[in-house]
Amino acid sequence: MGHLRGKLLPPALAIVFSMLLCGVALIISGANPLSAFGAMISQVGKGTTTVDIINSTGIYYIAALAVAIGFQMNLFNIGVEGQYRVAAVVAAVVGGSIALPPGIHTLVIIIAGALAGAAWAAIPAILKVTRGVNEVISTIMMNGLAIGLSAYLIRRDVFGELRGNNIRTAEIPESGWMPGISFGGGGTMFGFLFVAIALGVGYWIMMNRTRFGFELRASGESATAASAGGVNAKKMVLVSMLLSGAIAGLIGLPEMLGRDHTFSLNFTAGIGFSGIAIALLGRNHPGGIAFGALLWAFLDKSGLALDNVGVPREIVTIMQGSIVLSVVVAYEVVRRFELASEQRRVGRELGTVGGAA
Amino acid sequence: MRRRMRGVAVAAIALTSVMTMAACAKDSGGGTNSNTGTGAACEFAEAPSAPATSNTSAAAGDKVDASALKIGLAYDIGGRGDASFNDSAAAGLDKAIADMGVKKENTRELSAAPNEDESAKQTRLRQLASEGFNPIIGVGFAYAESMKLVAAEFPAVKFGLVDSAVEGATNVTPLLFAEQEGSFLAGVIAAYQSKKCHVGFVGGVEIPLIQKFEAGYFQGAQAAAPKIQVEKKYITPAGDFTGFQDAPKGQEAAKGQIDKGADVIYQAAGASGKGIFSAAKQAGVLAIGVDSDQYNQATVADTKDVIVSSMLKRVDVAVYDFVKAVAKNDLASLPKVFDLKVNGVGYATSGGKIDAKLQGILEGYKAQIIEGKIKVKDKP
Repeated sequence: MGHLRGKLLPPALAIVFSMLLCGVALIISGANPLSAFGAMISQVGKGTTTVDIINSTGIYYIAALAVAIGFQMNLFNIGVEGQYRVAAVVAAVVGGSIALPPGIHTLVIIIAGALAGAAWAAIPAILKVTRGVNEVISTIMMNGLAIGLSAYLIRRDVFGELRGNNIRTAEIPESGWMPGISFGGGGTMFGFLFVAIALGVGYWIMMNRTRFGFELRASGESATAASAGGVNAKKMVLVSMLLSGAIAGLIGLPEMLGRDHTFSLNFTAGIGFSGIAIALLGRNHPGGIAFGALLWAFLDKSGLALDNVGVPREIVTIMQGSIVLSVVVAYEVVRRFELASEQRRVGRELGTVGGAA
Repeated sequence: MRRRMRGVAVAAIALTSVMTMAACAKDSGGGTNSNTGTGAACEFAEAPSAPATSNTSAAAGDKVDASALKIGLAYDIGGRGDASFNDSAAAGLDKAIADMGVKKENTRELSAAPNEDESAKQTRLRQLASEGFNPIIGVGFAYAESMKLVAAEFPAVKFGLVDSAVEGATNVTPLLFAEQEGSFLAGVIAAYQSKKCHVGFVGGVEIPLIQKFEAGYFQGAQAAAPKIQVEKKYITPAGDFTGFQDAPKGQEAAKGQIDKGADVIYQAAGASGKGIFSAAKQAGVLAIGVDSDQYNQATVADTKDVIVSSMLKRVDVAVYDFVKAVAKNDLASLPKVFDLKVNGVGYATSGGKIDAKLQGILEGYKAQIIEGKIKVKDKP
């Protein structure tokens, strides 16, 4: 019971705290916080917002899983952002240039994305295991390279084609699309969401039921203890980084296979960084991440209502930022509180040990 | 095991170095096509003579009542206040409010966030349409895909889309511009204002739209002064739209060109342009603004003395004319492309740095472009 409370209380506290903070910010800027929050909640029922939130949740979920695999062994893969961008271009180019039967075509695109993501992540991984280069630095720099590389790949003289004032890769033929679940005017849910769920289940099994997952967590808890126990640290770094990159390679695919069918200038950026925040919020637990992704998606999509009622939408960014900060603080506060109450309980039981039977 | 790992590592490094080299190759060709040393003013090509009469201004006059319209505007990144592209659209709306009786409370302006996905753009347009706004204007080609979808959901609503056409949507009116023609004249201005025959171009993001500005500018500068040296720099590569709202990076880019010797910088960088003006002011060189008449923009007022001229992309005219055409129910009257001929693009003379002589030269080039004697490229 106390265990569960220790897990659920901090995020709840963090959300309440950040809502209060945003409320204060709204009052200072002269807006009514209640009408702002009300607009956000009522936006959920409008148009395609519900479906957009669900779709976005799935995308954030994949991103956060990619980050969480690294976090499990104290490996900070900040490069998810670049990995999914490069992977998306490669997947779009592959998907647009081949013709295969439905199903197989989609599968090939997915594999191409995963491989490209892993390949992009392999560079910092190899640098780390061979030269000891800090992965935080190298992955951040790889993000910059990823933007340059993707811009190069969609040039008109490389793989891009001009469409109006936009440039994009060749459209993926229909055989490569992934069908979604249509709600008519309510929007279309991406079929890729089921892949996201499968990834979550796979992640849980890997972490909790396999030797690899055990070794991963052991390396995260204490690298020296793990290597004393026979875990090859370099191999763990390499494998977890590649795995993280491969999952990152899938982030762009729900939109690409379900809606856009191409990689264009309008490609959604920034998901990799949101993934870091969500993995922190969900404490690397597949359930917690799902909750965090849902919260993020809700804030993102319903935040669009704020401009409509004359409240600056940046308030959502403030809220997201303050949630992440306060969740970190809240976990620490609750941990100390639990520790203190545990000590008191033990003290009490020791004091009345004769009376208890 | 270890050997195999090393093999993999070598292969991966080889692969990635090839990839990065490919990526870098893009940059190495950058910039100039110089063929002379600098230091002196340009030798000018013979300028075409100005036409006898300056171009006729569009027939103003007929009063249109648009007070019944509820107008929705969906801006691109930066929104109202970027002193450039979006502000030009905003000016069109403000003029419609002032001239055509549109009620301020019947207008709504929403703006895009960087890094947002398609569904956010769809939601923005859908919000406007479902709250009864009609017409709705998307400012920026980024709305093309989302407008295609939303326009089909609201067939009775009239949509206008700046900078892009939408295939197969009868209720979307494209508002396209010949940016390269206006930029050609900006190139001529730069050549005549440069003391060292060395000028620069700073683009926000390296996308086809901004390359139209670059292409026209290069062609114009070289037409006026065949031996001129022209620098170019884009703040961010395609796909990273932060280049349109990163003034510090704009300042660095401009400073780099000034250090190389350029003394007139033309910017097509959205809100990043503020940084380019600051760099020009610090170094005591000149700059050419873009989209709006930036000499008169309040947000860049502290640097306005460096702004020789601005390449006007009259999004305001397009927005105003579109609203007017909707009110008159006469969308067919809109030009296919807002070019020099219909004063859809042009140059600003605010600030008084364009003297009568230069203005005559510019009108000469302008007439030749309108007559088709000069074909301006839209690709570098």
